[in-house]
Amino acid sequence: MNAHISRLNAHISRRDFAAGLGGIVVAFTLAPKFAAGQQAAALPGSLNGNRMLDAWIRIAADGSATVCTGKVELGQGIATALKQIAAEELDLPLERVHMIAGDTEKTPNEGFTSGSQSIENGGVALRLAGAEVRAILLDLAAKRLGVDAASLAVADGVISTYDGRKVTYADLAEGANLHREVSAKAKPKSPSAHRIVGKSIARVDIPAKVTGGVAYVQDLRLPGMLHGRVVRPPGYGAKLEAIDDAKIKAMPGVVAVVRDGSFLGVIAEREEQAIRASVALGKAASWIAGPPLPDQAALYDHLLSLPDEPHVISEKQTALPESVRTIEATYHRPYTCHAAIGPSCAVAQFTDGKMTVWTHSQGVFPLRGNLAMALKLPPERVHCIHAEGSGCYGHNGADDVALDAALLARAAPGGRPVRLQWMRGDEFGWEPFGPAMVMKAKAALSADGRIVDWNYDVWTNTHSTRPDPRGNNLLASWYLAEPQKPAPPAVIPQPAGGGDRNAVPLYDFPRQRVVHHFIREMPLRVSALRTLGAYANVFAMESFMDELALAAGVDPVAFRLAHLKDPRARAVIEAVARKAGWKARERSGGGKGRGIGFAKYKNLATYVAVIADVEVDAASGKVAVPRAWAAADSGLIINPDGLANQIEGGIIQSTSWTLHEEVKFASTGIKSRDWLSYPILTMPEVPKVEVELINRPEERSLGAGEASQGPMAAAIANAFAAATGKRVRELPLTPERVKAVMRG
Amino acid sequence: MAVSLKVNGAMRSAPAEADTPLLYVLRNDLELNGAKFGCGLAQCGACTVLVDGKPVRSCVTEVGSIGQSEVTTLEGLGTAAKPHPLQHAFMDEQAAQCGYCISGMIMSAKALLDQNPHPTEAQVRDGLAGNLCRCGTHGRIIRAVLKASNAIRRI
Ligand code: FES
Ligand code: FES
Repeated sequence: MNAHISRLNAHISRRDFAAGLGGIVVAFTLAPKFAAGQQAAALPGSLNGNRMLDAWIRIAADGSATVCTGKVELGQGIATALKQIAAEELDLPLERVHMIAGDTEKTPNEGFTSGSQSIENGGVALRLAGAEVRAILLDLAAKRLGVDAASLAVADGVISTYDGRKVTYADLAEGANLHREVSAKAKPKSPSAHRIVGKSIARVDIPAKVTGGVAYVQDLRLPGMLHGRVVRPPGYGAKLEAIDDAKIKAMPGVVAVVRDGSFLGVIAEREEQAIRASVALGKAASWIAGPPLPDQAALYDHLLSLPDEPHVISEKQTALPESVRTIEATYHRPYTCHAAIGPSCAVAQFTDGKMTVWTHSQGVFPLRGNLAMALKLPPERVHCIHAEGSGCYGHNGADDVALDAALLARAAPGGRPVRLQWMRGDEFGWEPFGPAMVMKAKAALSADGRIVDWNYDVWTNTHSTRPDPRGNNLLASWYLAEPQKPAPPAVIPQPAGGGDRNAVPLYDFPRQRVVHHFIREMPLRVSALRTLGAYANVFAMESFMDELALAAGVDPVAFRLAHLKDPRARAVIEAVARKAGWKARERSGGGKGRGIGFAKYKNLATYVAVIADVEVDAASGKVAVPRAWAAADSGLIINPDGLANQIEGGIIQSTSWTLHEEVKFASTGIKSRDWLSYPILTMPEVPKVEVELINRPEERSLGAGEASQGPMAAAIANAFAAATGKRVRELPLTPERVKAVMRG
Repeated sequence: MAVSLKVNGAMRSAPAEADTPLLYVLRNDLELNGAKFGCGLAQCGACTVLVDGKPVRSCVTEVGSIGQSEVTTLEGLGTAAKPHPLQHAFMDEQAAQCGYCISGMIMSAKALLDQNPHPTEAQVRDGLAGNLCRCGTHGRIIRAVLKASNAIRRI
């Protein structure tokens, strides 16, 4: 991607670029043709939807490889990890593998880069495609050299016989036909043969990021580029009643004021001129308010009062054994922001009836669909190119700002490109939040301190309103003169789940019932935020496990192990307890405490156990988290340092969510609009984190980007209880809430 | 209207009004990518640059107020091929996830190390208290600054 932007900035045309790929690409189609009625066999990972080998990998005349991926860099290091996988299977050095990511005209459609699935789906595809390309090249070499392919050795793109004859990938590129369907039959390397995978390779994107090189869509500068800003309504659903824009049009540098229904924006020669004009435009506009928002003080009651569809997602009904005690608790999680440090940004250009958009969207193909719908263009007239943005933790404003920029670009004179970055208040006020949730747990303990019955109910909205072919999910499309309708909210099915992600316990209980109460009506705009429902479900369930352990008089670590068969789950809990020096039933008290939390993310991905230390200042209500330890098992580790970075980052981000974060709103609109009204964790508050990785080379690699947040939230809440003897069941642990809990 | 100012050791000029925030002149006129727009409200530190060695928030600093002072941006410290010890340490520690906050972090750290070449960990944390990071890269950022301070000590 970085390379892509530099190419752009150097004004090298796409033709030059394509020419550099060598003679192999004949025609580039993503789907093979099947005779009517013929069914294609399922292929692993993302290969299934993108079945042509040259859609993934092409070998250039110089023997280097161009690797195309639909999975994009979001700051999670995926570009490096995928490059490692491809280079490993191709037996090429990293510097001779060129990556192209997320381009609707060049790369496979891998949907969204989300849910920690890039290694699992995109990585598997590249591993198999890489092995297949290598096998094809080896076959060609064997024919040319008159030997058996199995007798050949490959290193750095050079194939050699035992007696020293050599042929290079460059020699074979011309004759290799990669325009064929992937068979997925070539066997990838065994982990013991790995030279690149499993190493902490320095990330390819970091040098530019620490020296001011071109790294982000925010850094794109196209010839003749204008700057745009939008003026959003004061609240959801407000209608633009009137605007007298004569004065604004006369402001310095203003090129156009763009209005389409209640969508309002301005284009200017310079960025500060666009900002000034948008402020003036905001003052000149009068709006008819939309429907009021609910009372924040009664938010959770309001959510429970809305109609819901109950889905029983797990049920084990055995005879109810005699229990000695029944325990119940209710937990709450507020709306949470993505709150990237850099507001969302896009650059759009409309020339010859075609819209090109540079975007940090997580899914360029789905975005293209909704852009085409809003712009009333056929999808092939919309070209979306991924370029990295500021940190991405789910569905933020990236897709919305792409449509905003496109609407302005359509009105720009002479096909001039328009760069549009949201202002800080736009991002906080209009991004789709992580949904609020209510969790109710009820369990029965036997006389010998075991859980014999478990009931868990979670109420929440959908956790994804990403671009969708069933409607238009881009913000501005709802405010056009001919407004478009969003897709109806949908349940994300188990086992991954949405709001009910991780709601089914991994513990072995004899009897359980778990219900996902899906609420269709969305009082605030919501969508995917890192972990979806897993953060709050793990917070609630793992808090509840500690409440039950306390009632049973058993140490929390021992209590968990007593209910857990999965050996990999047990291993991470035991490892973190060892690492932190956990002492059974230790109660330091006096405002200091230690707690544990555990989950296997999505019940499908990385196992993480976390122990946190907290210090509670009763007078001020302030909670500090000086230290945390984690143990993680992600199966085969691709890049240990990258994995540790993800686990550590998740722990720190979760500390911020858990201690500070809550979207504030009033009946008139969103009140969290800047870093003062939505504070996040600051440098002095950040815990010291130590991560232990358990490598399992024979196991599948598992996604890890979202695995530590839930366990960390529970570890903090449990440590708080250990420190104070009081339980916080409502997030976040702000000083006011802590003081109320301490009084109560 | 044009303004002139000294940036990274060279006199530069830009067709901007005096009340334009320095950030936009650096990014759009001088094509320097280091300083980032984060909030425009002096709250996040992403736009931090040095003016005569002192950290300032370029999003709220009018370019006309710079006068004869010297502006230093991330690009003024070093390059990928010849990095400043701080940049080197950030690469060594892989101290970036999305990296959007990193320019501001490095510039604040530069100001800190110029004042106090051998800070303790607590002093590093306090020195960077006004720079927000959302990705949770803090631990690595702290390690990188401490590493750079050791490297500078050796020079
Ligand atoms: S952009 Fe200047 S402090 Fe945030
Ligand atoms: S690395 Fe992403 S904000 Fe700091």
